[in-house]
Amino acid sequence: MDLRFTPEEVAFRDEVRGFCREKIPAEIRRKVSEGRGLSKEDIVTSQRILNAKGWAVPHWPTEWGGRDWTTVQRYIYTEELFQAAVPLPQQFNCYMFGPVLATFGRQDQKARFLPRAANLDDWWCQGFSEPGAGSDLASLKTRAVRDGDHYVVDGQKTWTTLGQHADWIFCLVRTDFEAKKQRGISFLLIDMKTPGITVRPIITLEGRHEVNEVFFDAVRVPVENLVGEENKGWDYAKFLLANERTGIARIGLTKERIARIKRLAKEMPAGAGSMWDDRDFRARVAGVEVELKALEITQMRVAAKKGRADSVEPDPASSLLKIRGSQLQQAATELLLELAGPFALAAPVRGEGTPGLPNDLPGGFDWVDAAAPSYFNNRKVSIYGGSNEIQHNVIAKGILGL
Amino acid sequence: MDFDLNEDQSLLRDSIERLSADLYPSLEKRMAHAKAPLGFPEGNWAKFAELGIFGLPFSEEDGRFGGGPVETMLVMEAVGRHLVVEPVLPTLVLGATALRLGGSAAQRARYAPDVIAGTLRLTLAHTERQSRYDLFDVATAVRRTGEGYVLNGAKSVVPNADSAGMMVVSARLSGGRRDRAGIGLFLVPADAPGVSVSPYPTQDGGRAAEVAFTDVALPADSALGDPEGGLPLLERVIEHGIAALAAEAVGSMETLHRLTVEYLKTRTQFGTAIGGFQALQHRAVDMLIELEQARSMALYAAMMVETGDAQARAAALAAVKVRINTACRALGQEAVQLHGGIGMTMEYLGAHHFKRLAMIATQFGDTPHHLRTITDAEDGLLAA
Repeated sequence: MDLRFTPEEVAFRDEVRGFCREKIPAEIRRKVSEGRGLSKEDIVTSQRILNAKGWAVPHWPTEWGGRDWTTVQRYIYTEELFQAAVPLPQQFNCYMFGPVLATFGRQDQKARFLPRAANLDDWWCQGFSEPGAGSDLASLKTRAVRDGDHYVVDGQKTWTTLGQHADWIFCLVRTDFEAKKQRGISFLLIDMKTPGITVRPIITLEGRHEVNEVFFDAVRVPVENLVGEENKGWDYAKFLLANERTGIARIGLTKERIARIKRLAKEMPAGAGSMWDDRDFRARVAGVEVELKALEITQMRVAAKKGRADSVEPDPASSLLKIRGSQLQQAATELLLELAGPFALAAPVRGEGTPGLPNDLPGGFDWVDAAAPSYFNNRKVSIYGGSNEIQHNVIAKGILGL
Repeated sequence: MDFDLNEDQSLLRDSIERLSADLYPSLEKRMAHAKAPLGFPEGNWAKFAELGIFGLPFSEEDGRFGGGPVETMLVMEAVGRHLVVEPVLPTLVLGATALRLGGSAAQRARYAPDVIAGTLRLTLAHTERQSRYDLFDVATAVRRTGEGYVLNGAKSVVPNADSAGMMVVSARLSGGRRDRAGIGLFLVPADAPGVSVSPYPTQDGGRAAEVAFTDVALPADSALGDPEGGLPLLERVIEHGIAALAAEAVGSMETLHRLTVEYLKTRTQFGTAIGGFQALQHRAVDMLIELEQARSMALYAAMMVETGDAQARAAALAAVKVRINTACRALGQEAVQLHGGIGMTMEYLGAHHFKRLAMIATQFGDTPHHLRTITDAEDGLLAA
């Protein structure tokens, strides 16, 4: 047992660290760090730089641009991206669609879609949730009925993250209406330009356009866009969830936030000195750091377990990472809100900052403007990707046998 | 990075687990062990010694095979899983670490063989009535004489002092009561004239004592290292104590969580096993999260406790104790609650784990103490 990184792993970490800081534009990383929204161009720019280095999809099969990295290397890579405030490669392309297609797709589908997904030439979004199918995803109702060489798709998807940018959507659709609910689902790839698709924005509580509703009205999809076998889509979706576990706890992201909180607290005026002189505030920061350190080791333990890369079943341990990781992300945004103090109240005019506020706050305005929106927005992390209550159910059943 | 045990470590884990399980087949057996005059049967101690575990802290030149923090962790996990009452921690971790890190070759050669053979038990006497968890708060005094030292003062809640042959005592040679300088660690035989031990049982089935020193004459070679610069050594001993307690807590929590889940599966109310109720399932899952986070911190302790950077080490072990304390409280309380009335009874094994976990949270620093250590470090915990 040796819990330290080997010299090779340290060298790898330094290489990733150096690359992130030198090659990814500072303005993009600053936006991520300050919790401001990224434009589509920001995300595309960052991913293409990574892809040119061969680092956009390291966990894919090598045939399709993957690197034959160890689980520890993958862990280091993800954490370094987070800590350098580099946007993760577009998650729907790289962590969901890509691995599913590489595993279950036909060769012609892989050749057509995978290189474009890796380079973000196509932007993929996810069509899973529906108004009546959230935690109970398998009750989804969007229908795909065979008509010659096409499926005709009718229904509605929702919470479609960044669907406004999307060229393609991978959808779970019902193809067998008699079978038990998990058995009648298929995994279908749909071009967002197909007639009959309407995208309607949902503005989330902090005022941003991040998610959408997507409506399908007699949308004709070529049968060749089916992934794998008809009615086996639920298995592919479960595989996708298992893949999602890489970096699910987002420990590096929270670490980066905590480091920033400490920097800013030392400059933020409070009492006779700064916020960092306030022992109670420091104790709250320390409490988050202690939990974060424990979770970091827990994540390494999960990453170091061998032989699970091909597992179709999600690892229940990843549910633990999801639960505690999301709580810590939220705790960090609460500390940022507390740090902004009274200034958190001011709602900025988009693109102009808040008129009349003092312009000499430490770290400038952008993080203060983003403090409350970021706190609001991060309530999502304990809801999406399987709510924390669902994760509790998964552990109760999968690990405790209850 | 590698979390796997090597072959020797696996063997050690299996053999200590087997012996502990053999000696502690039931709560009744544990109660019987604890009723022995010293708080445990001497025969049990000999069996632990036969396994060779008391040689773990010493290097090969001192006579045995030499293990590190991972080996200690494996032993202490078994101690926790089976609620072992033999004073493994005071000898294997506290006393032996002081001897290993502070003792001269001559001192080690003199005492290590008896410790390894199981004929000499050690303990650490550092707490005083006013000191709480401040290791530097030492009123017990030594002064130099022609032949060596004379020791006067008193120590409180010294673990298993009534069964120890030798105590490692913190005492002040110079400076004021709360000065960091001027403190040394001294080897004091329990039977030295002027040593008086007033033993009592502890809340968790163990033993401790109030120990008074009245004009105790000590030879010149009784000091471990610098007799006025011993605080860093004492801090390191306590860091090892925290790492060991973390592992013991993990072992105990493992058992208590298992007992709780088994109970949820077998206890029926409203015509069904109560484990079918989601409200209880989620609480059992939260207990598991506490256990796994604590396990990670026990590993972190093993990783950090031999690190050379004293500041990083101190912050790390403080973080470990903060997290372990939280887990001990949270998991222990939930276990009692999920058991209902049976969890409140003296005859139930789980209740004894609950009590041990509660006491672990008070040993070597409570949560506010260690949280202060972290917040007082310049950049908080995780600059590293």
